[in-house]
Amino acid sequence: MTSATALYDVPGPRARRRHLLYGLLSTLVILALAGWILYLLFDTGQFTSTKWSPFAYEGIQELLLTGLGNTLKAFAYASVLSLALGAVLATGRLSEHRVLRWLATLVVEFFRAMPVLVMIFFIFVALKVQPLPALVAGLTLYNGSVLAEVFRAGVHSVARGQGEAAYALGMRKTQVMTYVLVPQAVRAMLPAIISQLVVALKDTSLGFLITYEEFLHAGKLIASNLDYDLPFIPVVLVVSPIYIGMCMLLSWFATWVARRERRNPKTRAVDVAPAEQGTVLPGRE
Amino acid sequence: MDVLTDNFSLYGKGFLGTVELTVYASALALVLGFVMAAFRVAPVGSFRVFGAAWVTVLRNTPLTLLFFAVMLGLPRFGLVLPFELFAVLALGCYTSAFICEALRSGINTVPRGQGEAARSLGMTFAQTLGTVVLPQAFRSVIPPIGSTLIALAKNSAIAGAFSVTELLGTYKTLSELGYSIIWTFVWIAVGYLLITLTISVLFNVLEKRWGVAR
Repeated sequence: MTSATALYDVPGPRARRRHLLYGLLSTLVILALAGWILYLLFDTGQFTSTKWSPFAYEGIQELLLTGLGNTLKAFAYASVLSLALGAVLATGRLSEHRVLRWLATLVVEFFRAMPVLVMIFFIFVALKVQPLPALVAGLTLYNGSVLAEVFRAGVHSVARGQGEAAYALGMRKTQVMTYVLVPQAVRAMLPAIISQLVVALKDTSLGFLITYEEFLHAGKLIASNLDYDLPFIPVVLVVSPIYIGMCMLLSWFATWVARRERRNPKTRAVDVAPAEQGTVLPGRE
Repeated sequence: MDVLTDNFSLYGKGFLGTVELTVYASALALVLGFVMAAFRVAPVGSFRVFGAAWVTVLRNTPLTLLFFAVMLGLPRFGLVLPFELFAVLALGCYTSAFICEALRSGINTVPRGQGEAARSLGMTFAQTLGTVVLPQAFRSVIPPIGSTLIALAKNSAIAGAFSVTELLGTYKTLSELGYSIIWTFVWIAVGYLLITLTISVLFNVLEKRWGVAR
């Protein structure tokens, strides 16, 4: 890392010794902070057996697992549907028919500028839809629009000569797209697509707010149980590592794919996107 | 249609609530993000590890879970603050991870030769940073920061569900008063579009003024 930045030179022996000292001191401070938090946890009685006993019951374990299953179910529906919607909208935005292009642009820009939660609440409250379809529909509209932009950016990122060569061979636009541009674009954008799916996975937790019985909802049920002395912190300590772990796994997968695709000779004519969420400002090309 | 004119003060309150939340959380996110970015590029290993852990964990945390933990968890430690402050804290910390990554990749886009040239001219560390590296990094960082702050404004809607006064939360009162739910939501949507488009325009102007010439 040190050699990759313009910020400072490679440190000499004295600077290295100084950095080691800073390192030791800051490690002590961080450890002290961690210890203080741990002390607070003990001090406020978060590790009493009553608070942790619910996790020993099979019924509660099943409740948590059902919640986790519901979360994954919403994620699966949302990701498949938003990939499909993204493909449709991207086709619209890349179309040669002006009306189609404008329509797709309008849809994409609108849903990208709207908070997902507003859409979910609108579908849930105003259209009186069940929680799961409402959640999936909201996530699909938002992530589909973002993915449309990702796909479009991918097609545009393929080197100009590729499309030109294909046209010169007498291919039609559809053929150029399906045989030449899209396969390369998908390879290049795969990391960004997976990163967007991480967003979808994180946002399934919004289902909690519309009483969809997902993972966090199960946690809340356990946490508000007076018999176990309101085991709120234990629930957070159990639920969050699982949630964060799932998202981290998917993020790492995106990074791994990015590294792999960069080495792949099939991506020579495109720049492989970094494993990050899209950073294109709304209303800009 | 008369939902807006009849309840202008209610909408106004919600709108201002969202704006306030966005502004305060943005300030916190920018400051924290800057500190974390400094940590992540520091020559001291433990700072780097701390920064990396902060970013990795927060970027992979669902915001609802963070709100859940902060709003309902911190009071268990005897830390009782107004809900608005908790919301700013959760939103700010969450967004700081994204700001940090934007800043860091901005710093990494500055070619190494720039820093080396500055040092070989005899510039001090502060001069190198202040007059050579950061101005260049700042230019390439405007669009990602803009889209991160837009995401923050949109995410502030979650705070409404945790009983903070903001735009989305107004729908509950209005539907209890018997107004048309569809129109209620139309005006809420207009409010959010107003905020996100303002940020978008602001950053497009900044980008035109300062951005990297392509």
